[in-house]
Amino acid sequence: MLEVKNLHVQVDDKEILKGMNITVAPGEVHSIMGPNGSGKSTLAQVLAGKETYEVTEGEVTFQGKDLLDLEPEERACEGIFLAFQYPVEIPGVANTYLLREALNAKREYRDEKPLKHIEFAKLAREKMKALGIDEDLLKRSVNAGFSGGEKKRNEIFQMQILEPTLAVLDETDSGLDIDALKIVANGVNSMKDSGRSFIVITHYQRLLNYIVPDFVHVMVDGKIVRSGGKELAYELEEKGYAGF
Amino acid sequence: MAIVFDGTRESYVERLSEFLDSGQKDAPEWITTLRREAISGFAKLGFPTLSDEEWRFTNLEVLRRGSFSIAENGISGVSKKSVDSYGFPGLDCLRLVFVNGRFASSLSDTRDAGKEILVKSLSEAICEQGDLVKDHLARYADYEKDAFISLNTSYFEDGAFVYVPDGTVFEKPVHVLHVSTDEGHPLFINPRNLIIVGQNSVAKVIEHYVSASQSVYFSNVVTEVVCGENANLEHYRLEFESQKAFNFSTLRVNQQKNSNIASHSVLCGGAIVRNNVHPVLGGEGCNSDIYGLFISEGRQHMDNFMRVEHASPHCDSRQFYNGVLDGRSKGVFHGRILVHEGAEKTDAKQTNRNLLLSDTAQIDTKPQLEIYNDDVKCTHGATIGQMDEEALFYLRSRGVSMRQAKIIMLQAFTAETLEHMSIDSVREVLEGVVMKWFEQRLQNGKGK
Ligand SMILES: Nc1ncnc2c1ncn2[C@@H]1O[C@H](COP(=O)(O)OP(=O)(O)O)[C@@H](O)[C@H]1O
Ligand SMILES: [Mg+2]
Repeated sequence: MLEVKNLHVQVDDKEILKGMNITVAPGEVHSIMGPNGSGKSTLAQVLAGKETYEVTEGEVTFQGKDLLDLEPEERACEGIFLAFQYPVEIPGVANTYLLREALNAKREYRDEKPLKHIEFAKLAREKMKALGIDEDLLKRSVNAGFSGGEKKRNEIFQMQILEPTLAVLDETDSGLDIDALKIVANGVNSMKDSGRSFIVITHYQRLLNYIVPDFVHVMVDGKIVRSGGKELAYELEEKGYAGF
Repeated sequence: MAIVFDGTRESYVERLSEFLDSGQKDAPEWITTLRREAISGFAKLGFPTLSDEEWRFTNLEVLRRGSFSIAENGISGVSKKSVDSYGFPGLDCLRLVFVNGRFASSLSDTRDAGKEILVKSLSEAICEQGDLVKDHLARYADYEKDAFISLNTSYFEDGAFVYVPDGTVFEKPVHVLHVSTDEGHPLFINPRNLIIVGQNSVAKVIEHYVSASQSVYFSNVVTEVVCGENANLEHYRLEFESQKAFNFSTLRVNQQKNSNIASHSVLCGGAIVRNNVHPVLGGEGCNSDIYGLFISEGRQHMDNFMRVEHASPHCDSRQFYNGVLDGRSKGVFHGRILVHEGAEKTDAKQTNRNLLLSDTAQIDTKPQLEIYNDDVKCTHGATIGQMDEEALFYLRSRGVSMRQAKIIMLQAFTAETLEHMSIDSVREVLEGVVMKWFEQRLQNGKGK
């Protein structure tokens, strides 16, 4: 589904990703762990198409297509979703408005009819209930004045509505208490299926108790330095990153 | 014989006698005296120059060189159908229509004014309610200090007269439509509006300036408003003049105790536009909410001049002005807040936000607080910026196209001011106009 080969990325002449490799097959859950500043968010943003990051070498294929050739909105329509580490606040744009626009853009891309208001409202209500999100969150401006936990849950809510093929969750667990963490994990687990993959970026092994990865990768200084099964997460928990 | 002004101060001064002889023969003596006084004000003032502190950012050279004349062709150029096209769908309102500053009674509709409510042309009111008009006309807009007010007071032909007596809740908006037409040479048009809202009364007035052609003209508007004790007025000034027109407008509001005004300005047309909003909070407990949106492109120049005068204690004022500028257009926001000595517990707030869509657009924003009392709360803030890249990326990462993402951001930005309008159909029409403007902008090479 996703293949990242020897990816080099720089910002302002500073190299951040230094030959990144990762292959994700349909239905798999991969976890990327690594210390602060190792380049995890950079990878996530590059996958989503952020233009401030310059790809200097390497390639990224997604479902057979050259991902780097696509605009961010095309990537989203192709099925990529990024849950931002720092979701952006957009005052004046209602959450529900963004979601409906996004969903309908995706439907249009697939030559489907736009969803009617009522249909959308019904869909949104169902998903919100499961995530324990208050309905007035829909009417509020996108992320504006949301608490840290609300922002993270809102990202998962968007993911549920947009039903991506590949979801990249960038530290969606940070700042969540254990109850919120379980809700978020449930939101992810309920979406698992054989055609959908996840890349779960996290700092802590904690989340992986709830979202069980098939593979764990350790990222240090812009590269994957070790890959393994979920037991690697426990090893990291004990030893820290110092050994890598 | 046409009355022609060659742009010089002298021509505007000297033509007054011709003007009085031609169309103003039947005017009451006091009006003629007023016009003469006003033109002597202009004779002293002349047009402002860049060295005038209040006109630092707006060059009037083209106006000083332009030749303009008083309209002669009457209202013939405008049909009922075209007037309807400037209306607001579904809005139940009264309508006063003026063509090149003259009343078009056949295009107007004032049937539904309540019994004691007066909605008519100012010239009619001068004949029929002379004493009432005399008590207020030119009492607030100072023709000795402001050249454009002097000229308007000298040369106005007509405008709206709205009178809501004490204790009257008049919910039906009055749509005052000023249409300009092309008479083959640049016109000098002086709409003059007078709005009187009595004690404990409510009124809504929509001043609307449009053009039936893309011609050059000089539209010089003065509106005086009296807002009685505990009265409530919502006022709109929608400026959609020709892209080649000069529009200078003054809204002068006299607010009495516990009165409320909400003023909405939307500026879209015009080559050089100056919008003066000047409420005087003259009694305790007044509230002024002043909203504005200006959108400019090409070489348009839009100068927003606020003068919020706190003359009494315990008054609140709020200014929210947003500008969207494209092309080589220039914007000015000059926000003056004047707090008089006795106006303790004043609470005045001013916000001006500007979005530049091109590298060549320019905005000068200048707050000016003049405070003669220690016990006040005044805040101001201005921002100038491009569209938020992070927000655009966030929207796009959800599948929204670049173009649509920009439109969403622009809509949100303009909604900050438009959302305060209480008349939904007016707001919706404006949202539509703004939207269309954005779409055109984005088509012209910006974004994808
Ligand atoms: N937009 C940017 N401009 C400059 N430096 C950046 C930018 N984004 C990330 N970096 C730098 O790249 C490195 C990796 O950052 P990041 O990808 O956020 O790491 P992580 O998510 O693993 O904590 C850090 O040193 C960070 O300062
Ligand atoms: Mg990060």
